[in-house]
Amino acid sequence: MLLVHHTFSKMALASVLSGDSADFSFDSSQSFAFGGGPGPSGLGLEGTPGDSLSFSVKNPLCVGDDDGVERKIEFLHGTTTLAFKFQHGVIVAVDSRATAGSYIASQTVKKVIEINPYLLGTMAGGAADCSFWERLLARQCRIYELRNKERISVAAASKLLANMVYQYKGMGLSMGTMVCGWDKRGPGLYYVDSEGNRVCGDLFAVGSGSMYAYGVMDSGVRHDLTVEEACELGRRAIYQATYRDAYSGGQVNLYHVHSEGWTRISQDDVLVLHHQYKDQA
Amino acid sequence: MRTMMCSRLDEEQSGHRTHPHLLLSTIFFFFSPDGHLFQVEYAQEAVKKGSTAVGIRGKDIVVLGVEKKSVAKLQEERTVRKICALDEHVCMAFAGLTADARIVINRARVECQSHRLTVEDPVTVEYITRYIATLKQRYTQSNGRRPFGISALIVGFDYDGTPRLYQTDPSGTYHAWKANAIGRSAKTVREFLEKNYTEEAIAGDNEAIKLAIKALLEVVQSGGKNIELAVIRRNQPLKILESKEIETLVTEIEKEKEEEAEKKKQKKST
Repeated sequence: MLLVHHTFSKMALASVLSGDSADFSFDSSQSFAFGGGPGPSGLGLEGTPGDSLSFSVKNPLCVGDDDGVERKIEFLHGTTTLAFKFQHGVIVAVDSRATAGSYIASQTVKKVIEINPYLLGTMAGGAADCSFWERLLARQCRIYELRNKERISVAAASKLLANMVYQYKGMGLSMGTMVCGWDKRGPGLYYVDSEGNRVCGDLFAVGSGSMYAYGVMDSGVRHDLTVEEACELGRRAIYQATYRDAYSGGQVNLYHVHSEGWTRISQDDVLVLHHQYKDQA
Repeated sequence: MRTMMCSRLDEEQSGHRTHPHLLLSTIFFFFSPDGHLFQVEYAQEAVKKGSTAVGIRGKDIVVLGVEKKSVAKLQEERTVRKICALDEHVCMAFAGLTADARIVINRARVECQSHRLTVEDPVTVEYITRYIATLKQRYTQSNGRRPFGISALIVGFDYDGTPRLYQTDPSGTYHAWKANAIGRSAKTVREFLEKNYTEEAIAGDNEAIKLAIKALLEVVQSGGKNIELAVIRRNQPLKILESKEIETLVTEIEKEKEEEAEKKKQKKST
């Protein structure tokens, strides 16, 4: 039953991506996932060798595509996403660049997935894996809400996601996501990845640019920040990461999760931010 | 009808071994012509034969009382327990077939822990009641199985401190109650509760316990010895009252009754 589901999800991925992704003709020596696995190494996680292999390796479970052309799936290990808790909730900030090797595939990727009006998920790793599983999570959360007449807690939502992907551990899923929300216990932030990790924390950064983001965040984060200060901190952290990390860039998308749900705060192009910060200094 | 029953029987026999001459075993998943599910109704009859249980929802306490069936001389009293904890904050009492209850209780206990594991929160009383009711309903619509012959009273406190009392029956329905009784003479007890469940009657913990005892005394022979009582107070685990405590309360109740009778006599005479 597990295998069938997996094949189904692979087929779903193919149909989802065939429309959107351009036809990248690479030679198989190119590796996509350059520069860091989905998990921040600050947590003591090693990206498994599988993460940084070229994804032209044939998955034995996956039947070759019908038209014979091997579609390379884009992976967003080259990314910077961050989230941190503070007194007024959770700030979520992400970049918007997707790379395939040294080719910038897109500068306008939405890396924050709106699970429901009070839960957000970030995307790092395989774009399709993240969006598929998080949409499945949205469905589970809604069913929970209908059955139990109350919102699902962030702990439970992240647990559901972790349990779902754990069944596919070792089968090539690549997903490093942060589940952020506000429930009866207050602000909630969990890091969940396809290796089966699920960690609660106050502050996470995920992706190739995470080290740069950590530096900025760690120096500025306090529990008693105001909303504007926290937004600026998140924005600055992503900007600094895009400045130094080649695989992050595009725009900074900023969200704030508070007791009423989440709000999209801003979307700023990093070049504009660059000039803004230069003028300020 | 007969040919249908025979073909069902073949299914059963190929599936799992059943007595070839027990055609009755196939009846229950059909409706009767006037819309009854007879097996469910027979199960409810079985419940009515069970010993009485009463549940009361107070303000800061929930009380379960059951009629203790008299044990044989050589039997260890403590092995007969009709009130069981499902988790730290939820417990239930049942009326009907004890063996069926044991299965339901086991499944409910596992579900309470599974819920804690996946959702990282203790179950709400409503959730576990819904689980038990769904379980019971499944057995009313299943091949080769009969419904559970128990009604359950499930009490406890939710995460936010609200006290709850639910009742389930063999058909798989459940309702919330302020006070209810199941089992033998449940009707009498319920009528007593309807008359005597007032805001003052449950104002304090002791009052709620006394109300439960009074309700049971209506139908139980020979007083406090045949009553088993359990309470849950907010944020405290299930506590089963010792027989001494029950005796004390019964004596108090009898004294109050006498005082009431005295007052009435005086009123009449003046």
